[in-house]
Amino acid sequence: MRRRGTVLAAAGLLGLAGLTGCSSASSPAASPNPSQGCPVTVADGWVKTADKGMTAAFGTLSNSSSEAVTITAASSPASSSMELHEVVDDNGQMVMQPVPGGFTVPASGSLTMEPGGYHLMLMDVSAPIEAGQDVTFTLTCADGASTEFTAQAKDYTGGEETYKNDGMDSMAPSPSMS
Amino acid sequence: MSRRHLLLGGAAAVGAAALPDTPLAAATVDAAGALGQSKEQCWGPHQAGVATRSQAFATYLGFAIRSGVARADLVRLMKIWTDDIERMTQGTAVLADPVPELADVPARLTVTVGVGPGLFRTPGLSHKEQPSWLRPLPPFSIDALQAHWSGGDLVVQIAADDPVAVSHARQVLVGDAKAFAEVTWTQTGFRRAAGTTAEGATGRNLMGFIDGTVNPTPGTDDFDQVVWINDGPSWLQGGTGMVLRRIRMNLDTWSGIDRASREQIMGRRLSDGSPLTGSLETDAPDLDATTDGGLLTIPEFAHVRVAHARNAAERIYRRPYNYDDGVTGGQPDTGLLFTAFAADIDRQFVPIQRRLDRHDLLNLWTTPIGSSVVAILPGFEPGDWLGRRLLT
Ligand code: HEM
Repeated sequence: MRRRGTVLAAAGLLGLAGLTGCSSASSPAASPNPSQGCPVTVADGWVKTADKGMTAAFGTLSNSSSEAVTITAASSPASSSMELHEVVDDNGQMVMQPVPGGFTVPASGSLTMEPGGYHLMLMDVSAPIEAGQDVTFTLTCADGASTEFTAQAKDYTGGEETYKNDGMDSMAPSPSMS
Repeated sequence: MSRRHLLLGGAAAVGAAALPDTPLAAATVDAAGALGQSKEQCWGPHQAGVATRSQAFATYLGFAIRSGVARADLVRLMKIWTDDIERMTQGTAVLADPVPELADVPARLTVTVGVGPGLFRTPGLSHKEQPSWLRPLPPFSIDALQAHWSGGDLVVQIAADDPVAVSHARQVLVGDAKAFAEVTWTQTGFRRAAGTTAEGATGRNLMGFIDGTVNPTPGTDDFDQVVWINDGPSWLQGGTGMVLRRIRMNLDTWSGIDRASREQIMGRRLSDGSPLTGSLETDAPDLDATTDGGLLTIPEFAHVRVAHARNAAERIYRRPYNYDDGVTGGQPDTGLLFTAFAADIDRQFVPIQRRLDRHDLLNLWTTPIGSSVVAILPGFEPGDWLGRRLLT
């Protein structure tokens, strides 16, 4: 299954299923010195356009510090609720789920958020996110410090695929995800 | 293994020293793929793709703005395109590219964005001052213009030394424009492939002529004066005017014309592009020279005579591409994507085209079937975006 189709499908499905119960539990890992702020920066940020409902944002997180940093939460004016997600292979089925404990960016390393992998899930987009629009996001480190980045909204013209999971058979991606 | 095979296969690895009688040019065979990794700067006071040494391949796109699209929407389009251009020309994948590998070989990719008169019908833009020349060319008797090769609210020139790079950029730019504009025409053109002739050598068009000899030289004051706009509406300062004419060549009837006649029709020799009055390509044609019989050496009807600037104002920068869209109904669909840049189309280009319309014998074998006039937006610096002064 192509990665791009997976995320489209999975994201749409979750939108229909309304999995609002999954929140990003935080179990802090190694924390940087809070007085120095969050040493994570985000490059190449982009967010998938959406009229409403759910969509996802991507980019590359880089950690300039010598200790691993965990991102425990994300927020954006574009969505009242956000979660940190990953797509995992569950017995051959690609399943999107919250990442327990958040995203850990290795010391002096990076973590890529991309379709089919880690991503920021916008759970409740109320006003349309249109192509070319700049959307700001704030990521919160385990120690409470935060970092901001801007993502460009892009139409994502990948193919649509249906996605099957327990109790969710024959559900197609919502149109807003195509 | 033949010497020739060896040269093509591994000249760079073997090295010229191992082959003492190797022609010098063989040393430049691009075994490492350096051509593909060459990049053109996309930032600066002017957009790339005008003064840029002509790349081998080009695609031109005409767009119609979708109804309902307003000024603020165009801001978003230009921000996306700017980001796309910055990334692709520098060999980096655009945001959301599912196959980032397609951006790995920029091959001097440039993207040049122009706006046509129709853009100013966009709500929020009608009050913007336009240059008087930003309108379709006046009709000419030689014209057989087809709507589907003409006009464009936006026209984009994509050029690179590799056709995959051009195609990928086309796919990205059209995809990212989908919400705002639809493509009304696509024209693809080519010159000699990169590395097949000496860098900067004048190309040949499909009638066989060396084409592009008499032209301002990029990087000179002369070029800057002919091409770049530095007065008028502020949104266009640093930009230029572009005329794109799709000129079909009837190569079947042309093939019946003997070499001597062809050279008379052009006023230059097929062999090396030298004028009939000189011996080198770079020799200036002597339009007053006569033959022993008292006839003009470069005839009255010769293209170079008729096209030659009559005064300092009539100067343009030509940057043509050949096109070959195969054979349709038994006729070769072949010709020239005649591309000319000038700061003022009415003042610099139109008088030349008027003269050619009346006196150029070449017209018997060439027919303009498409025509667009656009204003090429000024360049942009890192952090800025294309067309900001027009759209804000
Ligand atoms: C299929 C159509 C055309 C062909 C095959 C063609 C070909 C050529 C060739 C071979 C030359 C001589 C070499 C050189 O200086 O580049 C030339 C010169 C030139 N052409 Fe064209 N051309 C075409 C159309 C046009 C058009 C539409 C214009 C402008 C309206 C134009 C303007 C000029 C100018 C200004 C020169 C230089 C004249 C001089 O000062 O010597 N050409 N063209």
